[in-house]
Amino acid sequence: MHIAIASGKGGTGKTTVAVALARVMGSCVLVDCDVEAPNAHLFLNPDVQNTQDAYVMIPEVDDGKCTGCGECSRVCQFNALAVLGKSVLVFNELCHGCGGCVLACEPKAITEGGRLIGTMQWGKAGNLDFYDAKLRIGEPMSPPLIKALKRQAECLEAKNTILDCPPGTTCPMVEAVGGADYCILVTEPTPFGLHDLNMAYQAVQQMDIPAGVILNRAGMGDDCIQEYCKANGIPILLEIPHSREIAEGYAAGKDILSSMPSLEDGFKKVINTISEGLNNG
Amino acid sequence: MLICISSQGPDLDSQVDPRFGRAAQFIIVDTETGEAKAVDNNQNLQAAQGAGIQAGMTVANTGAKALLTGHCGPKAYVTLNKAGIEVYTGCNGTVAQAIEDFKAGKLQKAAGADVEGHW
Repeated sequence: MHIAIASGKGGTGKTTVAVALARVMGSCVLVDCDVEAPNAHLFLNPDVQNTQDAYVMIPEVDDGKCTGCGECSRVCQFNALAVLGKSVLVFNELCHGCGGCVLACEPKAITEGGRLIGTMQWGKAGNLDFYDAKLRIGEPMSPPLIKALKRQAECLEAKNTILDCPPGTTCPMVEAVGGADYCILVTEPTPFGLHDLNMAYQAVQQMDIPAGVILNRAGMGDDCIQEYCKANGIPILLEIPHSREIAEGYAAGKDILSSMPSLEDGFKKVINTISEGLNNG
Repeated sequence: MLICISSQGPDLDSQVDPRFGRAAQFIIVDTETGEAKAVDNNQNLQAAQGAGIQAGMTVANTGAKALLTGHCGPKAYVTLNKAGIEVYTGCNGTVAQAIEDFKAGKLQKAAGADVEGHW
């Protein structure tokens, strides 16, 4: 099964949860899809065995063949192409690599080139297969890199995969969560935690993916998350206590199971609950 | 000579639109005959990105040789420059005023963009 760990609000503890679940699962694949700020490696200290650059398709124009018909510019939904007389200006940074211009070009003046968007790496962390990627500095579009990373991880055809997703509900999150069997939404009992949980839950519902909540820093704040989940029929899979012990361990780069071993059973139950739910559903 | 002025409305009395890519309209003026016509820029007002590029193409297709506007972004500038169109920024007041300033040589040709994209 493929489990995505997401949240509306950043800083709720997605990576903490992802690493803990991966640890209790034993042999599985952990994919850190937060390519703008990957940090799961800080807790896992993986042995990196492979590195690979990732590229996005961009159009390359043969001016000699170009007739200046302008069809490529008309078809481009991202305004990345400007046809001026019989030459074409390509604004690579606006291109989303959809390939429409290549198809539209009747004289075949446009072919596919590539633009570096980031670097993927993967290896082992104990029993875990670990994948992450870093977006090239200055690169505004992360979804193509997330997609490439997921495809790379899928090569293993693993039975179990955990995806540590970017925060928020925009394209990177949708790209990372898409295709998952289940989505765990991590949140905290604060007004922002509630507000952004609601947004994330709506996003996941739109994607037709079953979801459950893990409440981090439980005991701080009020019962707003419990009430929201009850009202919407969302299971609360686990409550992680608001604990200085956990915070100190986190700051030292320790995963939460090392800081609070008593949580191991709770995380195992999360896996079992999801697994049973998916089997019965 | 045809020149183009970014405009908030359809005639010479309209205020210059300080934006180029997402200008409301463009006024195309023949400086020799005084003839003027308006070209709308509706398609670019809501563009998520690349409004300046498309607006640049629109201006190029009118045959204008100079653009008068308030500000010009980097991609718009590259597009206009490639099309051989001179760019003059810093215009304000009415379209008619901008034209008079241009004819009087009061406007300085821009050497590059004067604002970031998405301004």
